Amino acid sequence: MAGNNPNSKPMNLTLRVWRQKNSQAAGTLETYQVKDISPEMSFLEMMDVLNEDLLRSGVDPIAFDHDCREGICGMCSLYINGRAHGPERGTTTCQLHMRKFSDGDTITIEPWRAGPFPILKDLCVDRSALDRIQQAGGYISVNTGGVPDANEIPIPKPIADKAFDAATCIQCGACVAACKNGSAMLFTSAKVSQLAMLPQGQVERKTRVENMVAQMDKEGFGACTNIGSCAAECPVGISLENIAMLNREYIGASFTSENV
Amino acid sequence: MSWFSKTFSSSIGRKLLVAVTGLFLCSFLVVHLVGNLQLFKGDGGASFNIYSHFMATNPLIRTMEIVLVLGFGFHIYEALVLTRRNKSVRPVAYAYNRPQDNSNWSSRNMGLLGTVILVFLIIHLYNFFWRARFGEPNMIPIEGTDYDDLYSVVVQSFHLWWYVLIYVLGQIALGYHLYHGFSSAFHTLGLNHKKYTPAIQKFGAFFSIVVPAGFASMPLYFFIKDVVLS
Repeated sequence: MAGNNPNSKPMNLTLRVWRQKNSQAAGTLETYQVKDISPEMSFLEMMDVLNEDLLRSGVDPIAFDHDCREGICGMCSLYINGRAHGPERGTTTCQLHMRKFSDGDTITIEPWRAGPFPILKDLCVDRSALDRIQQAGGYISVNTGGVPDANEIPIPKPIADKAFDAATCIQCGACVAACKNGSAMLFTSAKVSQLAMLPQGQVERKTRVENMVAQMDKEGFGACTNIGSCAAECPVGISLENIAMLNREYIGASFTSENV
Repeated sequence: MSWFSKTFSSSIGRKLLVAVTGLFLCSFLVVHLVGNLQLFKGDGGASFNIYSHFMATNPLIRTMEIVLVLGFGFHIYEALVLTRRNKSVRPVAYAYNRPQDNSNWSSRNMGLLGTVILVFLIIHLYNFFWRARFGEPNMIPIEGTDYDDLYSVVVQSFHLWWYVLIYVLGQIALGYHLYHGFSSAFHTLGLNHKKYTPAIQKFGAFFSIVVPAGFASMPLYFFIKDVVLS
């Protein structure tokens, strides 16, 4: 099939890839050539081809994060040609295909760059700062006991939809990577507003936003200036509206919560 | 730390202060623009001079002047604190970055635009405010009372091409600053809703064009009328 498509001509590419031995070492951009890349490969498959070449020639393969390769787990990252998850909107790197590039292209591949995301090796960064923000308040109280009936708690459809949209965040960190300020507010706002909109989230509502924002600041993420590059680069399309809601929730909670 | 200082030293709290002071400064722009429109009256500056005398002596206006200075101070200080913090988040820059593909220029350059506006403001204050308050302009009699002839100071300044240029450039910077800042302030205040956010954004775009254009029209008017056409 590949052979019948005029666009499926194999490509030769030049890759500039960030190599860094460990979190302490200094890194550099190294140049590699890859040959006969099928346009139908995903970007990560192209990286696999490169790594096999490197292994054959006795070079340490490039470390990069990946897991499901279906665009749902949030594990893959990569800053490709100046964009988080590459040039295509609403796409994770594993769902980015080589047909978006042309034969002879030079592609620059860098890790997410942010102080709170220390580089572990090459293109892998430690994103556990986002886990700690989540742990600071991204949970709800649930009664133990009998299984509740389905739809026992009425939730208006538009609210359920909005909460679900916020819940689609896969915690990949592209928002932080794309943000000029290295802000994690799109991530935090998605988590806060998802729960603030639902009846189940009301018990911890005020404490949640206070604690999650405090943790976000403590991790050293920047402050949002409403540029919007986070939402533009988000692979699942988390809306900037969530940040307005986060601001609203935080200001409200600061002045009305029981936490002095 | 008290809950109050904790709130206003947090990232969101500081953003909030920048937003609130920014909107306050927008209200000042409107008052300043409307008042200055009297330059166009064509009465030899009588109403403008009476107006500036009122602005310089009325106790309410003088009090608001202090609030205004505080507004500028907080707006600049909080923005500087946030900018320094934000810059430190990415110690290693991207070797290749294309932010132009995901955001607009003015939103990414609020600090630069603000600095241009500040430089303009210092020149502007030195030239008019300082002279009006502490200088000794010529006196001019209007309906039997002597007034400082600030009108002539303004008009003469606007006969210098480089001064007009500084003004126009300052207003362009203000326009871009407002284009992002106006609607962004509402977003920071948490005021976002499908019912009114589109209207805020449209009004913000309108505001960011009309207000700077209004200010820029004053030096351009006097320069074109008195220098170019005479």
